[in-house]
Amino acid sequence: MKRASVLRKMQLILGVLLFVGMLFSLYNVFIMVPTEQKMGIVQRIFYFHVPSAMMSFMAFFTVAGFSIAFLVKRNAWHDRVAVACAEIGVLFTTIALITGSIWARPIWNTWWSWDARLTTFLILWFIYIAYLMLRDYVGEDQRGARFAAVFAIIGTVDIPIVYFSIRWWRTLHPKPVLAGGEGSGLHPDMAFALYFSMAVFFILYLFLVATRLRVENSKMELEEIKRLHVLSTK
Amino acid sequence: MLVFCLLVVVIFSFTFDPGSTYSKEAAPGILWVAFTFSGMLGLNRTFSQEVDTGSIHGVLLAPLDRGVIYLGKMIGSFIFMFLVEFITLPVIIIFFDLNLEGHYLQLFVIIFLATIGFVAVGTLFSAMTVHTKTRELMLPILLFPVMIPVILSAVNATASILNLEEWSKILGWIRILSAFDIVFITLSYLTFDFVVEE
Repeated sequence: MKRASVLRKMQLILGVLLFVGMLFSLYNVFIMVPTEQKMGIVQRIFYFHVPSAMMSFMAFFTVAGFSIAFLVKRNAWHDRVAVACAEIGVLFTTIALITGSIWARPIWNTWWSWDARLTTFLILWFIYIAYLMLRDYVGEDQRGARFAAVFAIIGTVDIPIVYFSIRWWRTLHPKPVLAGGEGSGLHPDMAFALYFSMAVFFILYLFLVATRLRVENSKMELEEIKRLHVLSTK
Repeated sequence: MLVFCLLVVVIFSFTFDPGSTYSKEAAPGILWVAFTFSGMLGLNRTFSQEVDTGSIHGVLLAPLDRGVIYLGKMIGSFIFMFLVEFITLPVIIIFFDLNLEGHYLQLFVIIFLATIGFVAVGTLFSAMTVHTKTRELMLPILLFPVMIPVILSAVNATASILNLEEWSKILGWIRILSAFDIVFITLSYLTFDFVVEE
């Protein structure tokens, strides 16, 4: 099938790029970049935390986009892309939450704070876990795809509202100022390492999507073969 | 639903010493935990009877826009939940010895808006979860994360009201709740078609 060979080529090219890029990025993060003055060595986790957070947003926008496309065009492939991205999005969100916690412990002196961004991310995680569970529990593929697509749209619209409500909540109850590490005055080496790391994470994201889609594609082909087999034996 | 709601309130009252200052601080939270949990019970049943008896097909055959069925179901759930809240509220006020001092209208507005938001999304989701293997389990998993803005706004606004603060203090929460209601009623109305199509 045409789609299978395209995906295989994509996976191969992205895999090679990813290997080289990751080695270079690791060199950047651990050797090239100067150690941050106030935060020390732990700041280096920033180069993994920020890109994975960005990739999780990217994944979820893709899910929303393909869910709308699926509801409009009813192309089963769109639905498969949405599932693949949702799973990868959960993965990146988990990484972002865990690396963020590890960073927050020495810097903010706490593993967790009910800050708007953190909380929104946690809710995002819950929404997409629910998305994946909904698909599993519906059973029938067709119906599951429709329900999940509707849920993804609701969830995506909900996220900004969650963010604003939590920000409003925090302005009512001010907590100690939690100064973030990013923002003004990033050392040029640091900026380079960050952007490079983002690019590498983007390749990683594409690579995972391509891999996951190959699995979905094989599944669809297998179902087709089964169907033809049943027809021919009748 | 009503009995469950009252029981939640009673059980939570046991966790505090009578008259302790904590109980008043916790009252808004307990109020909304009781409301959302019992609301969830009600929403679980929104479509279960129709789907189990197959009469849902009859309803869907009606020559109407399907969004209208959604709105009808939503209003039905709203009335039930609102009645439960209306009966539970005095009980909570008595048990927790709350003092509203004429802030009834504020509380009414908050409960009204939050309940609308709750049933708006809840009705749509219950039309989905009725087809899942574990109906009662799936609905809260879907609904609670999406409900965060509503619960957060309702609890905080209720806390402000119980502190006898002015209208201006809860205006922000009213805005968030209204925005939530408008956005999700529209969105659910539009997407309901995709959920019930066979």
